[in-house]
Amino acid sequence: MIFLAASSAPDPLIPDAVELIIGAIAFLIVFGLLGKILMPRITKTLAERTDAIEGGLHRAEEAQAEANRTLEEYREQLAEARHEASRLREEAKEQGIAIKAELRAEGEAERQRIVDAAHAQLEADRQQALTSLRAEVGALAVELAGRIVGESLEDEARQRRTVDRFLAELEEQSGSTTGARATS
Amino acid sequence: MAGDVQALAGGGCHLFSGCGFPAPSLNSFLFPPLFSIGSFHFTKPMLLALICAGLVVWFFWAAFAKPKLVPRGAQNLGELGVFFVRDQILRPMMGKEGDGYLPFLVSLFFFIWVMNLMEIIPVAQFPAMSRIAFPVALMLMVYITYTVLGIRRMGLRGYFSNMVPKGVPIGILLILAPVEILQYTLVRPFTLAVRLFANMFAGHILILVFTLASWYMFTIGIGLLYSATSFLLVIILTAFEMLIQALQAYIFTILTAQYIGGSLSPEAGH
Repeated sequence: MIFLAASSAPDPLIPDAVELIIGAIAFLIVFGLLGKILMPRITKTLAERTDAIEGGLHRAEEAQAEANRTLEEYREQLAEARHEASRLREEAKEQGIAIKAELRAEGEAERQRIVDAAHAQLEADRQQALTSLRAEVGALAVELAGRIVGESLEDEARQRRTVDRFLAELEEQSGSTTGARATS
Repeated sequence: MAGDVQALAGGGCHLFSGCGFPAPSLNSFLFPPLFSIGSFHFTKPMLLALICAGLVVWFFWAAFAKPKLVPRGAQNLGELGVFFVRDQILRPMMGKEGDGYLPFLVSLFFFIWVMNLMEIIPVAQFPAMSRIAFPVALMLMVYITYTVLGIRRMGLRGYFSNMVPKGVPIGILLILAPVEILQYTLVRPFTLAVRLFANMFAGHILILVFTLASWYMFTIGIGLLYSATSFLLVIILTAFEMLIQALQAYIFTILTAQYIGGSLSPEAGH
């Protein structure tokens, strides 16, 4: 039965017309829907996805560059500020030294002035004292000599008494002359 | 199911019962019509072809009807398929200028693959491509596409002169020219269709032989061992056929890409 069927079967290399048409239709259904509707959609989506990824990368690059620029700016500003601060510190130090020296010089001058004034005053006082002393000493000497000469110089005790009295008088009244001083 | 399998199951023909092995034959590729309209007989392979077309469309519709920028589920799988065809088949053969043929190649690859897969899908269990009309239908589209494209690009004379290699001495050219022209006009389309048909035809027969043998040798006794061995081979061959099915779809598509690419840019044709 089987061999009979095989011998009567058509050549497997001869295509059946109906199958050919059905096969073509089946494939064209697939190709039509894929080619006209589905593949354009996915191709568009893939292009959009590529765009999105590339756009994202581009944006990230830009942000990175911006951040780098800002960082550089900040670094520059910081360096500038540091430089400025050190300059100010240096200036202040110099100024301090100058002020110190100035003050010291001023103090020195003031001290010199005061000392000089004191010296002058002392000299003046001394001159004055010398002048008045000279006048008084003269008068005193004259008076003392008068007394010594006036009284009889009998003994030593008497002489001593006279001198003491003279000194006491001198103490009582400064200015006028009472008292005598004996020479030994 | 094929005619002999039904006959065999009904006949109860077994080893040691004096009954010869009912080997599969061309009859295994003939089907009684499912229904007939006049002289038009609608058979199982036709039904399978339409179902396969439906399956491919259904899958790609699920994947690409509303494509998202960030793919999910079926779209991922669909994109994988499209990328495979684009990067492994289209680009190496045609370069970027062939991108317009991507839908054609994607349709070809998946339609052929699913048609072939029917060989190992239960209930279907028949590769529609083992009926030569189906490969021929596809081959005709490919043949018309690359011939028309080539003539359009290079003109009728240019297309034929492009088939023949340049710088060949006139004596050799006399022999070479007919061979080359035959190559483009007859050998290419014929081999393209027959390669796919013959692989599926042979694969189906192989699986049938061992499936029938498993049943034929199934007896209580030593036959059980033979039967089990045969059945193991059915399983191994099914896995092997899975490979062949994908491979044949790939080969058909990549050759199509090469032929169309040859018409697109003449230098790549040889």
